Amino acid sequence: MKRFIIPLLALAITAVFYVASITSTDPGPDGVAALKAKYAVKAKPSVDHAKFTQLQRTFRRPQEVTAACIDCHNGRHTEVMQSSHWNWEREEFIEGRGIRYVGKKNILNNFCIGINTNEQSCNKCHIGYGWGDKGFDFSDALNVDCLACHDNSETYMKKSGGAGMPDPAVNLTVVAQKVGRPTRTNCGTCHFFGGGGNNVKHGDLEKALFDTDREVDVHMGSDGANLECVACHTAEKHQMLGKVYSLSSMNRDRSTCEQCHTATPHENEVINEHVVKVACQTCHIPEYAKVNSTKLAWDWSTAGKLKEGEPYEELDSLGNILYASIKGTFTWGRNVKPEYVWFNGTASHYLTGDRVPDTAPIPMNTLHGSYDDPDAKIIPVKVHRALQPYDPVNRTIIQPKTYAANKGEGGFWKDFDWNTSIRTGMAYVGLPYSGQYTFARTEMYWPVNHMVSPKGKAVGCTECHTRENGRIANLKDFYMPGRDTNAAVELFGTGAIVMTLLGVGIHAGVRIVLSRKRSSGARP
Amino acid sequence: MKKILVYNRFNRLWHWSQTVLILFLALTGFEIHGSLTFFGFAQAVSLHNTAAYLFLILIAFAIFWHFTTGQWRQYIPTRENLRAQAEYYITGIFRNAPHPTRKSALTKLNPLQRLVYLALKMLVIPVMVVSGLLYMYYRYPQSGAIKSLRLDGLEDVALLHTAGAFFLIAFVIAHVYLITTGHTPTSNLKAMITGYEEVEEEEGKERM
Repeated sequence: MKRFIIPLLALAITAVFYVASITSTDPGPDGVAALKAKYAVKAKPSVDHAKFTQLQRTFRRPQEVTAACIDCHNGRHTEVMQSSHWNWEREEFIEGRGIRYVGKKNILNNFCIGINTNEQSCNKCHIGYGWGDKGFDFSDALNVDCLACHDNSETYMKKSGGAGMPDPAVNLTVVAQKVGRPTRTNCGTCHFFGGGGNNVKHGDLEKALFDTDREVDVHMGSDGANLECVACHTAEKHQMLGKVYSLSSMNRDRSTCEQCHTATPHENEVINEHVVKVACQTCHIPEYAKVNSTKLAWDWSTAGKLKEGEPYEELDSLGNILYASIKGTFTWGRNVKPEYVWFNGTASHYLTGDRVPDTAPIPMNTLHGSYDDPDAKIIPVKVHRALQPYDPVNRTIIQPKTYAANKGEGGFWKDFDWNTSIRTGMAYVGLPYSGQYTFARTEMYWPVNHMVSPKGKAVGCTECHTRENGRIANLKDFYMPGRDTNAAVELFGTGAIVMTLLGVGIHAGVRIVLSRKRSSGARP
Repeated sequence: MKKILVYNRFNRLWHWSQTVLILFLALTGFEIHGSLTFFGFAQAVSLHNTAAYLFLILIAFAIFWHFTTGQWRQYIPTRENLRAQAEYYITGIFRNAPHPTRKSALTKLNPLQRLVYLALKMLVIPVMVVSGLLYMYYRYPQSGAIKSLRLDGLEDVALLHTAGAFFLIAFVIAHVYLITTGHTPTSNLKAMITGYEEVEEEEGKERM
């Protein structure tokens, strides 16, 4: 017997260590210190544009500036003109739909709905000059607006209702002489105000991020990493990394946490293991809209009420618009807990003209994924809910004409007449309008990626690993310790314990009673 | 009656460390299960995993001890006196009948104990160890990763481990009660603490 013992024991111990060694993951270097050091060095412009004679002149039209840029930066405009910033559409493969060209150019949302017929206003944020209608020439390089992204003078701004033209007050010479890498101001001027106001669309991108602290956003806080947007949203030939799945469909060109932090940034292996199924953002963005409110719901059906023939607005105590005659009724939220969905990096969209499904609410975009999908992770999302114009006969979401410079042009914001607005908008996009409209419930899913909190504020274990009302209580397609139980195991398990206790109790009781009887009987 | 050494030093050390570990594993385990809150979830997971490793080490020592000392023979099942032992617990004990089997250093376990402890060692503990290791080292199916140990989720492993935990709690309850059925209600407990127990004088040569 003895000759087996030593090998047996050795085998057992080896087995334990073997199991431990093949399964352990490399926690990776503590990268945060290295990253802080790397990004503490702020890039300085390599040249002073004010010294270039080509720029020491008066620019009457912005296109003259573009021509001057292209003169030296030979060919860069062709890169810009291949970007989604210029085209407002991308070539996308959408599951079940094939290859489609999708973007702001042609897609509907459940905020201001769509740009068509509204280009004069919406396209203020286009990186071009003069996209006022369908006739815009996307091949004219002189219409590329280099300054929207590269102005470092902080004086450049575009004109409201000006189809992307600069505000007449801007001194183009000053701007042209002070250009450089895009700053938060350049990006935020458009991306913080999407949907017609600060923080309306994203919830995690808003004007507070121009100057904030690390409690709000560890990456952008001036007492934190103080990063520019382009630190993460890097660009190769003017093609930026990162996009938002309100418009995008494919799993590519994403800006990820892992770019800097690796896939195993935690010291604790159990936490690192979560990363396979849980996106970084899920734990590290416990709430969004931390400073100013974001719009959570938009009810277009109440739009059009007038006071003494004039449109009006009602505000809440924080200054958020609760009602606007031109847009309807809004619900706002601050310090909002995200909702959570599975997401594998692909999405599909309601494409303009699609017949809507029978089920309500209608998803304007759908993020794909499930537990069984090896590419899917749980991500936090802002869900924006709306009641928006809908043609019940053709079963289509409506593109209305909302903006107009003057009354009588069909714009709802001036004329407050849905029928004209809808007829004008639908004719413009080449879709039929039955003459009937109602308001349909829609939902739009916005992944939340910014406003990362300091690590001490990360979502704790029991906010998900809890029996009731956890953050991901709605994601039921998998077993999660601490949340899920099996009714049979619980029943038989507690049953076994209860029966044992009962058996022991009865047995002990009988023993005690009988032994007392015996001892009292023994006494004379 | 005479006092003999029934449980030697390692035997007692093994028994009591196992007691502590099983109770601790149950406490931390049921916190992970969501049944109670004590350490906090993250701490419970970490402590449960550490205790699991200590338990594995203890098991390795215990296996070594069982084989080097021949103590494994204590668990060989026998039908001799099996019925008598069962009848003792069901009826005899109430009549103050004598124990049908005699305890000695060489036969510490009665026929029923032999069966129960054998099942514990050969079935319950291995199931808990294997399911526990799978639970701990479970890797989510990832594209490009090793496919040989692919589980669709934690569920089966977790449920098996949980069922085993319930069973072990029930076992501990029964065990704690049954140790009061010795010569006196505390004689078994004292023996497991001191190692010595009073047994009847042997009338002939012990078997084995």
